[in-house]
Amino acid sequence: MNIKDVENLASLARIELGEDEKKDLLRDMDSILEYVKQIEEMKVEDIEPEFQVHNVWREDFLVDANSPQASKFSKELITEQFPDTQDGFLKVKKIL
Amino acid sequence: MIDLNTLTITKARAALDKKEFSAVDLASAYLEEIKNKNKELNAYLEVYDDVLEQAKAADEMLGRGESFPLLGIPLAIKDVILIEGRKISSASKILENYTASYDATVITKLKKQGAVFLGRTNMDEFALGSSTENSAYGVTKNPYDINRVPGGTSGGSAAAVASQMALASLGSDTGGSVRHPSAFCGVVGLKPTYGRVSRYGLIAAVSSYDVIGPITKNIEDAQIIFDAIKGNDVLDSTSISDTTYPKASVKKIIGVPWDLINQEGINPDIKENFEKAVKSFESLGYKIKDIKLPNCLALYYIINFAEVSTNLARFDGVRYGLHKDGKNLLEDYLFSKGAGFGKETRRRILLGTYVLSSGYYDAYYGKAQKARIALRKEFEKIFSEVDLILTPTSPIPPWKIGEKSDPLSMYLADIFTVTANIVGVPAISLPSGFMEIENKKLPLGIQFMAAHGREDVLFEIGKKFEAM
Repeated sequence: MNIKDVENLASLARIELGEDEKKDLLRDMDSILEYVKQIEEMKVEDIEPEFQVHNVWREDFLVDANSPQASKFSKELITEQFPDTQDGFLKVKKIL
Repeated sequence: MIDLNTLTITKARAALDKKEFSAVDLASAYLEEIKNKNKELNAYLEVYDDVLEQAKAADEMLGRGESFPLLGIPLAIKDVILIEGRKISSASKILENYTASYDATVITKLKKQGAVFLGRTNMDEFALGSSTENSAYGVTKNPYDINRVPGGTSGGSAAAVASQMALASLGSDTGGSVRHPSAFCGVVGLKPTYGRVSRYGLIAAVSSYDVIGPITKNIEDAQIIFDAIKGNDVLDSTSISDTTYPKASVKKIIGVPWDLINQEGINPDIKENFEKAVKSFESLGYKIKDIKLPNCLALYYIINFAEVSTNLARFDGVRYGLHKDGKNLLEDYLFSKGAGFGKETRRRILLGTYVLSSGYYDAYYGKAQKARIALRKEFEKIFSEVDLILTPTSPIPPWKIGEKSDPLSMYLADIFTVTANIVGVPAISLPSGFMEIENKKLPLGIQFMAAHGREDVLFEIGKKFEAM
């Protein structure tokens, strides 16, 4: 790895890094990746990654708003935490 | 005066039911301890301002003749488990002023029993670390030697119980985060079977490893809390039931991976303490069998990095949490994440991005997924021959704050604990004595792993060890 690789990963992960930290990260990541490379030695012939695919969703059903099954999320508690709002909506910067 | 040093949940339950003291008396006693000790130890990030009101509500329930195992019992909760309307930060700057909008399932269960929440405890940011030094809000200190770390990542929860600032606590365990600090602080820490305790409302670190578990003063208390929080939950798709795994009959055989324990890097005093523990189980009539276990750290960390990088992508400064304003949306992301995440968190996000990137995916993450299945199969075989696997909890005693500046050297401290998370089996850390460094007595711990769904086997052996 080199500094360019660190910068590329940081840009993929959308993290801003200082120049000194890039150098520290390069050193740390080199030694950590060197260590986890041991995974190469683990013998795993004939094993296919098993993804246990099953449906975790239930069928939709109607729930009375006053029943204990109804979700009781407070809209205020959620909207209060938006960094920026307008008319009760989350406001974000122009994307296009 | 309530003697908090010798108090357990069982004893407190009896005293509360017999009205020897009230829940308010009990909560006040803990608040007093917190007032005296927390400034130095930094176990709590926040002590709730309504503790006495919660205790009063518990007393009212007691007055109505109600009784639950945890009614009026003061607990500390790791800063990663949501309680509606209360602040929660995962010890990160990026969630500094975040308020939880719902209760975690474990909290709903504890509230039904009338448990009292004292406050939220310190941890490594987003549960990434082994020492609680990665908190954005300062390190927690080990109650046995304040120059040393309490272990991690649930360091605040373990230190609170060890210093009588809570009767018991909840932590979360991703690669040893309940067991490791429990060993360092001389208390009991249980990591349940993956899925046995709902993760709903637990801020995710590594979704396929994470599980919530109790930290307590003895086995019986751990069992009481485990019974209170376990159970199938429709809100967690990976949740299991008590009957998901078949139960084999107990053979009284303990497997010990001597190869792993005899390798370099294991502290000699820890090894001696461990060998003594092995002998004591032999004297109890258990057969000790030498088993082979691979070193699983590489496998563990590859999956850890990968899942951390995906789980933490949602903290982007847009919908909640810290927001740093830039010229455009991209700069908002870059600045918010750059300023909000701590050093270790940034490091793991980048490592995860690396192991998942095209060109490296097969060599790292793909290979790790296969190795994980191979290991799970190996464990099935081992647990057809033994009931339990015994190791030390940590290869080294509590280190000095700031001593381990190289991240890799800290990762190596997880060698015995990560395996249980990879395969999803339950494990427990039990206090096994002390060693002395620089005239300070430091606690040591041993760890048992059992087959999936066999927490009962852990409790049984734990009680026998405790009674010796």
